[in-house]
Amino acid sequence: MAVAPHALTREVVSARIQGRRADVGGTVFKYVLLSALLVTIAVLVILLYSQVDRGSEVLTGRLGDFITSKYSSLPTRSGIIQGINGTLTIAAFVIFIAVPLGVGAAVYLEEYAQKTRLTRFIDVNIRNLAGVPSVVYGILGLAIFARALRNVTGGASVMAAGITLAVLVLPIVIITSAEAIRAVPDSIREAGFGVGATRWEVTRSHVLPYALPGILTGTVLSVARALGEAAPLIVVGAKTGFFTGGDFGDLRDNFQALPSQIYQFSRLPESSWGGNTAAAIVVLLAIVLAVNSAAILLRNRFEKKR
Amino acid sequence: MAPDPDTAVETRRTEPAVDLAPQAGGHRGAPRPSKAVVFETEALNVYYGAFKAVRDVSLRVHEHEITAFIGPSGCGKTTMLRCFNRMNDLIETARVEGTLSYHGVDLYDPGVNPVEVRRRVGMVFQKPNPFPKSIYENVAYGPKVARLAKGGTAMDEIVERSLRQAALWDEVKDRLKASAMGLSGGQQQRLCIARCLAVDPEVILMDEPCSALDPIATGRIEDLMDEIKQQYTIIIVTHNMQQAARVSDRTAFFTAEVNETSDTRTGILVEYDATETMFSNPGDERTENYVTGRFG
Ligand SMILES: Nc1ncnc2c1ncn2[C@@H]1O[C@H](COP(=O)(O)OP(=O)(O)OP(=O)(O)O)[C@@H](O)[C@H]1O
Ligand SMILES: [Mg+2]
Repeated sequence: MAVAPHALTREVVSARIQGRRADVGGTVFKYVLLSALLVTIAVLVILLYSQVDRGSEVLTGRLGDFITSKYSSLPTRSGIIQGINGTLTIAAFVIFIAVPLGVGAAVYLEEYAQKTRLTRFIDVNIRNLAGVPSVVYGILGLAIFARALRNVTGGASVMAAGITLAVLVLPIVIITSAEAIRAVPDSIREAGFGVGATRWEVTRSHVLPYALPGILTGTVLSVARALGEAAPLIVVGAKTGFFTGGDFGDLRDNFQALPSQIYQFSRLPESSWGGNTAAAIVVLLAIVLAVNSAAILLRNRFEKKR
Repeated sequence: MAPDPDTAVETRRTEPAVDLAPQAGGHRGAPRPSKAVVFETEALNVYYGAFKAVRDVSLRVHEHEITAFIGPSGCGKTTMLRCFNRMNDLIETARVEGTLSYHGVDLYDPGVNPVEVRRRVGMVFQKPNPFPKSIYENVAYGPKVARLAKGGTAMDEIVERSLRQAALWDEVKDRLKASAMGLSGGQQQRLCIARCLAVDPEVILMDEPCSALDPIATGRIEDLMDEIKQQYTIIIVTHNMQQAARVSDRTAFFTAEVNETSDTRTGILVEYDATETMFSNPGDERTENYVTGRFG
């Protein structure tokens, strides 16, 4: 019997499945995406390079001195230890205040609260709070933490600044944690409830571990954001000139932090202070990068355990 | 046609059931002694929001028996099953109307703690849902929260016994610390069965436990069900008619009826009787069509 014209002979099949149609749109799109990525990376590299270049004298000549000395009116003797102390302390405040509060609020909203109109209203408003300009939080911090609660915080102190920034990033922690918790499949919760676990047992043993990588990512984004904020610190009252305090552990004392220190350096004459400004920027970037990398490492470890 | 006198009361919905209390002896001169009633539902309606998923179900589930729920997809078998251990509480829109009692106790009484209910009424879900943890931890989690064992050899024994019962032990005994997510679909389902058995429940609700299993594993699970029904009461949802006929003592046939006012379908209980009767001499034409495969 003759082979029918549509019979799937070896030749026909081979011709069909080996043909490679040119996918013009796909190829163009791929390169558009790639260039978007390259532009982003290029901007970062140029930024980093220009700062390293500008601060090279300080970074290579007297880095140890620069990061261990206090601010001085002499550019060649001035350092940023007060800024580093302030920034690290603020990070600690954010981690110890915003993270537990934010994760707790997110767990409550997602696992415990009934989905009523009130909770939806609260949800929307937390999102709005995340969009409030940081300088507004600075004014809030000045009024509440630096002035009204002066007896506790000691006035315009690193404690007032730390609490202000913790409040600033709280909505971000809540939103990212809530999203991570929402992404936990319901089937896991049902499995837990199905063997007679309580809500808390299911949350602790199954929901939180599963959501942990996402929560960590959100936490790190928040800490990084807090590390980089200058405006609220200036409003709350970071020291603008020479001062003697700013030692590590002086929670209720005058303070300085890296972003506001950079701002302060940048307002001084560029010819003599530019190197200090750039070097401080590089140090701040290094701290932020270190925090981010630590978090990514942690997250990968927890993700692997799934 | 003479329906089994023991179950006749279930399908007779016009008259209230006379002897609600579990009794050792038969009623109305039943030829074989009635087993204790574990679950009894009266005019049960289940809603998801405004949508009525199941309507007017009255039935009794007897102790140390296997009760099969059969019916076309979407007729509310899973929905019904999830009422028996208050799993529907977790779906915010779900609402149960009518009464459902467990050994005579109203399960939906405000004083009832759903956590305690689920400890006693275990469930194997339609889709395998192991925890993303190790095989060992999957089985040990229930006994741990129920404080049946703290750990150590006591826990090891529970884990081994449960995995053996679920016909999974030989395949996983060398990798108990490996993630359960690395198991095949059928192995995961047997792991979920083991996890359910580990807490030593009184009732086991199984939602299509064998749909992902090969005939050998299915056979083992059926043997297991037959074995453990001396200690437990089992309700199984299945799409496999042979399985229902093979393992169950009673069969409930559900179907979905198109509602007159809206374009939705509500599940109803068509017939509930001894499995033999349901498969050889059903009282309703729809049952006959379904069990003989003439119903889509
Ligand atoms: N969480 C839910 N929210 C809203 N409707 C639901 C929900 N779960 C089930 N339903 C609806 O209730 C009806 C019964 O569903 P159910 O899962 O009980 O069917 P089933 O008999 O188990 O079907 P299958 O054999 O396919 O598993 C369906 O119409 C389904 O769409
Ligand atoms: Mg189902």
